[in-house]
Amino acid sequence: MIINKNEIAGILTKLAEEYRVIAPVKKDGLVQYAAIKNGEEACLDYANTKKPGKEILFPQSEELFNYTVSAEGVRMQDNVDKEATIVFGMRPCDVKSLVLLDNVFKNDQYTDVYYLTRRANTLIVGLGCNEPASTCFCTSMACGPFAKEGSDIFLTDLGETYFIEGISDKGKELLAKLGLSAASEEQKAAAAKLQTETKADGSINIEGLAEKLGGMFEHPFWDSLHEKCLGCAACTYLCPTCHCFDIADEAKDCEGCRVRNWDACMFPLFTLHGSGHNPRPGGKARWRQRLMHKFNYFVERYNATACVGCGRCIKNCPVNLDIRQALAEVRALD
Amino acid sequence: MNTTEKIREIAKQLLTDKKVDLVVGFAQGSLPLRSTPYFARTPEQADNLIWSATCENNLANFVRKRSDKVAVIAKGCDVRAMVALIKEGQINKDNLTIIGVPCQGMIDRKQVCEAIGCQEILEATDNGNELILKGKGFEKTLAKEDVMFVSCKTCQYNTPVIFDELIGEALPGKEANYDDIAAFEALSPAERNAYIAKEMSKCIRCYACRQACPMCYCSECFVDCGAPAWIGKGAQRVDDNALFQTVRVLHLAGRCVDCGACERACPMGIKLSLLNRKMVKDVKELYGAEAGVNLTDPPALNTHKFEDKEDFML
Repeated sequence: MIINKNEIAGILTKLAEEYRVIAPVKKDGLVQYAAIKNGEEACLDYANTKKPGKEILFPQSEELFNYTVSAEGVRMQDNVDKEATIVFGMRPCDVKSLVLLDNVFKNDQYTDVYYLTRRANTLIVGLGCNEPASTCFCTSMACGPFAKEGSDIFLTDLGETYFIEGISDKGKELLAKLGLSAASEEQKAAAAKLQTETKADGSINIEGLAEKLGGMFEHPFWDSLHEKCLGCAACTYLCPTCHCFDIADEAKDCEGCRVRNWDACMFPLFTLHGSGHNPRPGGKARWRQRLMHKFNYFVERYNATACVGCGRCIKNCPVNLDIRQALAEVRALD
Repeated sequence: MNTTEKIREIAKQLLTDKKVDLVVGFAQGSLPLRSTPYFARTPEQADNLIWSATCENNLANFVRKRSDKVAVIAKGCDVRAMVALIKEGQINKDNLTIIGVPCQGMIDRKQVCEAIGCQEILEATDNGNELILKGKGFEKTLAKEDVMFVSCKTCQYNTPVIFDELIGEALPGKEANYDDIAAFEALSPAERNAYIAKEMSKCIRCYACRQACPMCYCSECFVDCGAPAWIGKGAQRVDDNALFQTVRVLHLAGRCVDCGACERACPMGIKLSLLNRKMVKDVKELYGAEAGVNLTDPPALNTHKFEDKEDFML
């Protein structure tokens, strides 16, 4: 199917009457995902949003439930978000990150009702990248500028028009309702050419990396890797696959709520025990954890690398600690 | 010999003569317009050191609380931070060698991005006064002084205030300029409040500002304290974000060296220097004090002078 770009805003406005429509918008100089009512707000000409797409299903701060205590007892109210949602124009790396996060929020030990309810009620319209940035290395991370895994509908930018594909049943159903016109053979061929030929240049070879890291826990490599790291969490908070959180009760008198907030392995507080002992006392142990979690532990547990190659950690690190270089150094070690 | 070559030569000599164990400086970064902090421990590694208008990080962060002998390649703001840290007992001056570099200002990549419509830069050349930027289908030349960090434009201490060796010629100091703060002060309280709330709404509480600040070194930051919890941990409440910055600014009263590291580190582009510079200006006006400009003045909040204004006291 095919759609003219100038028709998109109208369709989004119409969809917003029925669904919560989330799209990238330009706000305060940053491109960020936001719920929109008017399709004109959507900004589809962007490389990557500042904050990753994970925040749509796994918000930075999420009130899980609230409670009141009174003479009659305790009243609790959960906050499971069931609103039917369409995410429009998400880049393939961010879509892939949700596929990876699914493993974390639903597995043999744990089922997260908050994430999974949103997941079930969310339809994702992926948008291929015609011009990946120089910091993008999704092609090396089982993803790619036109990877469709996780998208319900997929858009390919052909200039004046988008070539549209229904991927999942849910996506095909929505497309059937929109009544779009069919793509010509030429348009199909142009889309296929873009999809097969576009690559993200910043390539990393991760073949055998997980196994190698597995034997490197005590390697002197970790002594120097973290040296310039400031210990902030810009890399983890802006990473689409990092998913650590902390849970806090915020209460005043007899009313309160339980809040889940993003947390980060780069903070000392993350692992500080009640006893005062910290098993990851310094930057060395924390950086080892970050790299190992993404490229070894996650691989062992879910058979996938917990990195989609979006390059946000590279672009936003205050000291330019480039994860591509760190991985290349691991490769080069004897 | 250019600055980079001189830095390498001095660093090599210090490491060869074993006068220091480590030279902290900058190496070429992995992206255009980017340098990265670098730790040279051998004369060979000293060859990776560079100097350019992209050496934006404050290296004082890496010399605090060290027991080894360290040399540091430092610009004016780095040295001001180190002077303040020496006075606060965080750096042992006897173990520190300062290779001072007079600094003409560092490039603000956010301003560069705006100036070129945020197209991706694939190649950047610095020809002295100008930057030549190239990307897919564009080439643009920008005057460096137009895209300098605000903190560099108003910096009065381009030449380090102390050093063991100075590379190149000392630069003349500039007149104090707080026009940006005066403009902020001229706003009504409601307008100031609205401005700060808008900036704080961008905060993701990654604490890059705190971590990048050479003077933010509390062993336990109040935001990390769980019992009592002084502040909400989430980023969704603008008031909590503003409270975090307010307490940070107050902890830095009379200690902030106005280096701009907080704002440079912020991934969300929050105008943090505004709050810090307001405090810097207030401390200067109220107490005639500036942090880290010499080794002799006691820190502003560690002293009392008869001339100090007391009109805020009951």
